[in-house]
Amino acid sequence: MGSMANPKVVAIPIKGDRVELVDTMTTSTPENPAPQAPAATASPAAPESIVPAAPEPEIVPTISLRDIGRGILKQFTRERLTALGLALISVGTLFLIWYFGTKYRFEFYIRFKNVPTPEQVFQQATQVGLSNAFLVNIAYSVRRILLGFFIAIAIGVPLGLFIGKYRRVSEFFMPVVEILRPIPAIAWVPMAIMLWPNNEAAIVYITFIGAFFPILLNTIHGVHSLDGVLVRAGRCLGASEAQLFWNVILPGSLPHIFTGLAVGMGVAWVSLIAAEMISGQFGVGYFTWEAYSLVDYPAIVLGMITIGVLGLTCSGIIRMVGVLLMPWLAFAPGGKR
Amino acid sequence: MSMTMMESDTRRGFIDVRDMGVTFGANGSQVIAVENVSLNVQPGEFVSLIGPSGCGKSTLLSIVAGFMKPTRGAATLDGKAITKPGSDRGVVFQQYSLFPWLSVRKNVEFGLKMAGVEQSKRNTTARALLDLAGLLSFENHYPDQLSGGMKQRIGIVRALATSPQVLLMDEPFGALDTQTRVVMQEILTNIWQQFRISVLFITHDIEESIFLSDRIYVMTARPGRIKAEIKVPLPRPRTAEMTDTPEFMNLVQELKGLIREEALAAMAPEIKDRGLAGFGMKVGPKGVGEIF
Repeated sequence: MGSMANPKVVAIPIKGDRVELVDTMTTSTPENPAPQAPAATASPAAPESIVPAAPEPEIVPTISLRDIGRGILKQFTRERLTALGLALISVGTLFLIWYFGTKYRFEFYIRFKNVPTPEQVFQQATQVGLSNAFLVNIAYSVRRILLGFFIAIAIGVPLGLFIGKYRRVSEFFMPVVEILRPIPAIAWVPMAIMLWPNNEAAIVYITFIGAFFPILLNTIHGVHSLDGVLVRAGRCLGASEAQLFWNVILPGSLPHIFTGLAVGMGVAWVSLIAAEMISGQFGVGYFTWEAYSLVDYPAIVLGMITIGVLGLTCSGIIRMVGVLLMPWLAFAPGGKR
Repeated sequence: MSMTMMESDTRRGFIDVRDMGVTFGANGSQVIAVENVSLNVQPGEFVSLIGPSGCGKSTLLSIVAGFMKPTRGAATLDGKAITKPGSDRGVVFQQYSLFPWLSVRKNVEFGLKMAGVEQSKRNTTARALLDLAGLLSFENHYPDQLSGGMKQRIGIVRALATSPQVLLMDEPFGALDTQTRVVMQEILTNIWQQFRISVLFITHDIEESIFLSDRIYVMTARPGRIKAEIKVPLPRPRTAEMTDTPEFMNLVQELKGLIREEALAAMAPEIKDRGLAGFGMKVGPKGVGEIF
């Protein structure tokens, strides 16, 4: 096939477009009209592109894949190391400010006088950290987060898809959404206590409220920013309305939905801790507030760090699931993960 | 390639557009996009619709595809009125319309999946079609990893996967560079040679329309009407050499004349420069000299 170096085989790699090289294979059917291709364009650029490459058209794609792979790997490792280094510096600086602030009892408007030292907090962590009571507090918080968050997904994503897709649904739901949305989850605390039969349900509800609106709004935005030609393509290929939702609109909105999940998870933690501090029994927020009431300063910091680590873990999991579910984003134009 | 789905029935795929008119906008500020257009595509025929930009050729295709309804007249496929999109009409869009979250093969399988075809069968069909497009080795790539020409080839075989009666193509190569375009035209004519299904092809490229088509409709500037219908007597299968023949050149000249008038007419409202007076155009009151 195509063993003769006809003009077209030459002209294509010259453009520097590695993939178009395949074109020469495609047209090598018996009735291949290849040789005359450049003539057909009659474009002024054609002659100069043919002349220099004519003697050795096959040499163009000879960069070995292994070299490229090694280069990428090297680049990747270096990138990773740099990122890790910067992360260590940033966390280290925070720690040093804390360390020196408490060591020298820094006091200039900001008062480090009562702030526990890292050693005290570490000691607290070794004493309390693995105690049953503390783990129970963590378990409570995690359970509330999971419940609130997954209920928010279960309602927010489908509702967002429908609101985004159908104008009438949007016109019906959006006024309520716009009224309720500015109310912070913390402001729901008194109402939630009245509304729900027990404290536990009230806290889950507040967590849900925190996660719900970011998820809903980002899902709607995802549907709106979906390229209309994809929906039309789906229809042309015979997709029914339900199939369209499942096979085009949902996967097409997924990147935005995951943005909503990440934001929603953050707000859910904020809401949960506030709710636990005000109305709770058990939970990391309750633990932190109780420590303040009992003037147990190291425990306050321990509680705060625990909240930070839990929040970080949750958003890390979301990001990981996102990468696993949407491998194509690695190649999206301008989209680097 | 000896699969049954690939031998399409050339008896079917008759597109008939009758007295079609399309008006946009509400009362008072109405724009007539298409006026009194009648055209047809015979079973197994490759027909191009060519005209200046804004002449309503894409509007016509949207109606045949089922995306919109005409204000007057009707479009039918094999005698049945067209009311909504369906897999009996494959559509290739100007913009790349591959689903970015699906691999190349899954994209081609999409229509079959919607039709409930089982996985193994879908797989075989998709692979055969990708082979035809010369892209089998890219079956597991994502569309964002491919060049524009490759994406459009996949778009074409994806539209063919459900064995539609007709293929509607809306300036499918419009976004490609000239060299890629020419290669794509050859690939398309080769693929068409194998399927022999009816094609309605929208373009503004004269050479492209002649090279590919059996018949060409030339449209006027807005409001779009059919200005001329030209038969292309070049033999099949088409080869790139044909573009050098006198017959081809003559057709190009003929179409150029027809299109040029319309292109100038289409631009008339926006031209306010006496530099175009040489074209025999009516121009606005201001010349360049008065502006500076």
